[in-house]
Amino acid sequence: MGLLSDPVRRRALARLVLRLNAPLCVLSYVAGIAWFLALAFPPLTQRTYMSENAMGSTMVEEQFAGGDRARSLARDFAAHRRKSGALPVAWLERTMRSVGLEVYTQSFSRKLPFPDETHERYMVSGINVYGILRAPRAASTESLVLTVPCGPDSTNSQAVGLMLALAAHSGQIYWAKDIIFLVTEHDLLGTEAWLEAYHDVNITGMQSSPLQGRAGAIQAAVALELSSDVVTSLDVAVEGLNGQLPNLDLLNLFQTFCQKGGLLCTLQGKLQPQDWTSIDGPLQSVQTLLLMVLQQASGRPHGAHGLFLRYRVEALTLRGINSFRQYKYDLVAVGKALEGMFRKLNHLLERLHQSFFFYLLPALSRFVSIGLYMPAAGFLLLVLGLKALELWMQLHEAGVGPEEAGENPPHPLTQGVGLASLVAPLLVSQAMGLALYILPVLGQHVATQHFPVAEAEAVVLTLLAIYAAGLALPHNTHRVVSTQAPDRGWMALKLVALIYLALQLACITLTNFSLGFLLAASMVPAAAITKPSGPRALYAALLVLTSPAATLLGSLFLWRELQEAPLSLTEGWQLFLATLAQGVLEHHTYGALLFPLLALGLYPCWLLFWNVLFWK
Amino acid sequence: MWPRVLPGRDNVTDNGNIKHQREKAALSQGWGHWEVEAAAGMAAPVRIFLLVLLLLGPGGWGRAEPPRDSLREELVITPLPSGDVAATFQFRTRWDSELQREGVSHYRLFPKALGQLISKYSLRELHLSLTQGFWRTRYWGTPFLQAPSGAELWAWFQDTVTDVDESWKELSNVLSGIFCASLNFIDSTNTVTPTASFKPLGLANGTDHSFLRYAVLPREVVCTENLTPWKKLLPCSSKAGLSVLLKADRLFHTSYHSQAVHIRPVCRNARCTSVSWELRQTLSVVFDAFVTGQGKKDWSLFRMFSRTLTEPCPLASESRVYVDVTSYGQDNETLEVYPPPLTTYQDVILGTRKTYAVYDLLDAAVVSNSRSLNIQLKWKRPPENEAPPVPFLYAQRYVSGYGLQSGQLSTLLYNTHPYRAFPVLLLDTVPWYLRLYVHTLTITSKGKENKPSYIHYQPAQDRMQPHLLEMLIQLPASSITKVSIQFERALLKWTEYTPDPNHGFYVSPSVLSALVPSVVAAKPGDWEESPLFNSLFPVSDSSSYFVRLYTEPLLIEEPRKGGLVKRLANLIRRARGVPPL
Repeated sequence: MGLLSDPVRRRALARLVLRLNAPLCVLSYVAGIAWFLALAFPPLTQRTYMSENAMGSTMVEEQFAGGDRARSLARDFAAHRRKSGALPVAWLERTMRSVGLEVYTQSFSRKLPFPDETHERYMVSGINVYGILRAPRAASTESLVLTVPCGPDSTNSQAVGLMLALAAHSGQIYWAKDIIFLVTEHDLLGTEAWLEAYHDVNITGMQSSPLQGRAGAIQAAVALELSSDVVTSLDVAVEGLNGQLPNLDLLNLFQTFCQKGGLLCTLQGKLQPQDWTSIDGPLQSVQTLLLMVLQQASGRPHGAHGLFLRYRVEALTLRGINSFRQYKYDLVAVGKALEGMFRKLNHLLERLHQSFFFYLLPALSRFVSIGLYMPAAGFLLLVLGLKALELWMQLHEAGVGPEEAGENPPHPLTQGVGLASLVAPLLVSQAMGLALYILPVLGQHVATQHFPVAEAEAVVLTLLAIYAAGLALPHNTHRVVSTQAPDRGWMALKLVALIYLALQLACITLTNFSLGFLLAASMVPAAAITKPSGPRALYAALLVLTSPAATLLGSLFLWRELQEAPLSLTEGWQLFLATLAQGVLEHHTYGALLFPLLALGLYPCWLLFWNVLFWK
Repeated sequence: MWPRVLPGRDNVTDNGNIKHQREKAALSQGWGHWEVEAAAGMAAPVRIFLLVLLLLGPGGWGRAEPPRDSLREELVITPLPSGDVAATFQFRTRWDSELQREGVSHYRLFPKALGQLISKYSLRELHLSLTQGFWRTRYWGTPFLQAPSGAELWAWFQDTVTDVDESWKELSNVLSGIFCASLNFIDSTNTVTPTASFKPLGLANGTDHSFLRYAVLPREVVCTENLTPWKKLLPCSSKAGLSVLLKADRLFHTSYHSQAVHIRPVCRNARCTSVSWELRQTLSVVFDAFVTGQGKKDWSLFRMFSRTLTEPCPLASESRVYVDVTSYGQDNETLEVYPPPLTTYQDVILGTRKTYAVYDLLDAAVVSNSRSLNIQLKWKRPPENEAPPVPFLYAQRYVSGYGLQSGQLSTLLYNTHPYRAFPVLLLDTVPWYLRLYVHTLTITSKGKENKPSYIHYQPAQDRMQPHLLEMLIQLPASSITKVSIQFERALLKWTEYTPDPNHGFYVSPSVLSALVPSVVAAKPGDWEESPLFNSLFPVSDSSSYFVRLYTEPLLIEEPRKGGLVKRLANLIRRARGVPPL
């Protein structure tokens, strides 16, 4: 306390901060990035362990042997699907009823805000079919869900076959939680429709018929994607909508059964590194970690499970991969793993809550807890704090004067001018953000009338046009500034922008670390060094390269590079355009928050720095 | 509804009764002393009387003086529309004794533990049920008697009781001991006094509902430890008669298990000149055809209970097995019962005409042929996997919304009758920690607002009493009525969390009481002579029948304190020298 209240010491401290500011900032930034990369190495990654007692020591014996049945059901399903061209609802109802389930259907329809060119759909209507296995030992207060999303492009018929065979096998006395076997049409749209109807809410403007059968509070869900009779490995996806993750125990459970059944299991399509002592293992885990960070930062559900997380249902997606590996597993192995998982989930007394909800995964059996990864983002945000402190002190000293003048009058005067000059740039940049958020979807019809483009293209091009137009605006926003103190104007603006950015990034980091860290890593350096003097062209180039859109483009390249499917420039641009459209669509159909976050939060903030750069 | 007891009539009927009442007046002076003497003096005559009764046997009904107590046992086996099989046991002990007024000390068939309860706490009626699983009305049809999952207790007290709450508390604690159940968790936070839903089932002179208490414990787990004391109340225990089938390992290997005790006063004779006490012990189980029969729907007593019937209970005056052989389709030849029944019974049960095959265990021919009776049912043609017929009334309840702050309780009431509307009494009990927003109560049928003709709402008091909401709602023909009300979760003190707080908190089921229109009008029969499953609820008129349904209980997540708070508290406790939490 004495340190800050004593004016002499305070001045000394201030001088220290001002003098060492640049090296401190560089050091902090480097420390942040280095810390993040170090997360993949053993002292910071820990082995995963099962925290939930109810699932730990109680081993179950899997007895599933319905491989042939699963295959024949899958064939039947595929044949009926080909014949009708849509989900064979009647066949599903009949089959589910014959294995003793209570069967219900739900029809839904949704008009997308603009045509989805990736999935080729606009006016969507479909029917979900689900069957409930009633647990004999409980009054339908709790349930588990096994869901198979069927889309127009992913047939997923083996998954349906396996699910039905499991349902036929599941008529046992030991169930204490109802099991819902759900087949959704139009993959995630159907899942969203079903979830909204199950919880009797309407978030995304979906029209659907009310559900006739329910089974209490859903405790956990597993989504299954299988498209071949044999698999070489099972890939597990955890990242959900807006970067939400299921409880780590659910993943541990999956991993337990991978080991027990001798299955080859992958995360982000990458095998576990075997050798942690040499450099190869950690390098591979850096790749896996980066892939997870990119996936989580995108905020899009990495499978049908991602939509369950909003309703506090722990969920993950299992994907059967059939590659060119030698050893193949049949459906029995996958079925046994699923049976085991469900039986253990059946043992749960409480919702999964013991283990971590915030974690990063450098490998399937390794994790980084929130306490260990947060410093990485903390170091990056510290740069903004230090810079803001420096600016504030410079502003303060400029106002008070170098000779430590006792008179106060300059204070209110200069501060008043400084704040007034901030109103216009803040308002203009926020208005740009609002336009970016609203206009593309609203104005798509106007655009298609005047230009020879389709709706989806119109949305994306409007988006880019407004984004670029924002760059041209700042030159005419600061006419009101007095000429008295030319530096004070941009300093005040930059101070506000730094604090605004730091606040936004801190909030994002708390809920979705990956997104916060990625944005901080790209935006912080440019934000820290931008000023209207010096090599302006260089600053401008740096600022453009680290703008939110450029970060997105860069992430796409990095993502494909890590997946060992590198993109050419034109492909990258095509993918970028498609991603923009998907981002807007996912905001409207599932409530993904990345688009509004970038449009309403980070883009206006970035425009402020642009404004600082071109301050006259 | 019921012939009322006229107080004056008692004295006119016979002089003995008057004399008895004088004695009783004297008794009330020096109660304990007299009781001992009376017991000693009566032992011998009663023994002789019993001997006579035994010698006379069931055939001697008409000739001898009617016995003071009697036992009827009955098992109804109903193949359910879904393919499952329901078995309902009923053991009815009737005692022609004024339990309340006499210092009764000699008990024969009527269990003493319950008889003493009645006199000690001045009970008029007592209904206790312990249930595991949930009766799925939509697929299993309307039950004879449903019970909510967990424990349910309701009791009417005599109007002489001054402190009803105190008696209620003591009663639940005593019952807790008798039935090894956690009924001692019944306190003011889960007890309500319904105004309309739970009318007395027996004789009643007045229905001042302030003498009624009702509580449900949805969290209660029912197991063999509850079955054993229940079986011990039976006169033949599980040694003979129908009760040999009551083997715990089979009874709890079912989709639904509900055991109950109902005590009520009934008329002693047709003119209802005096009161008898009736104890009904009921036990319903539903066997899952898919689990036990591997998809085949044939069943036999042995396959269900792993026992067969060998002899009737020697104390029983009636011991019968009814098997529902009503065929739903056009074709009569779909199912076959073996051994072929000697008699059949036809009546209108729950609004539809039913046919039952009857096996009377007291009829020597039934058992003696093979020394054991193993009733079997075979389907000649397997029933089609079609959607089962839907009952006229069923309901579903769920929580809407997500997140830990607010939500909505919704109840869907289905009336599938094609052209008849009928009213339903809906009772909701909601714990205090869900703060109901009463202004959000909406009832909609067929897209239109449905105004209830009667609403009784009693708001909750924090940590004192739950919300009570009772409504009389008219359900239009073939409609779904949605009753919804929004709530906000209150923060609990951390000592108020139950163990395993992440499991969630239970909200007890809604109770629906309704007079459902019958398909076939029932003809009024002799109540005392009709089978037990047909005489549970009083019949008011023949065009409708009474049904009480329960929805599923709800599990609601409550916001919990994080580990940080607990750690901080532990730090403080350590500083104070108190053991940590």
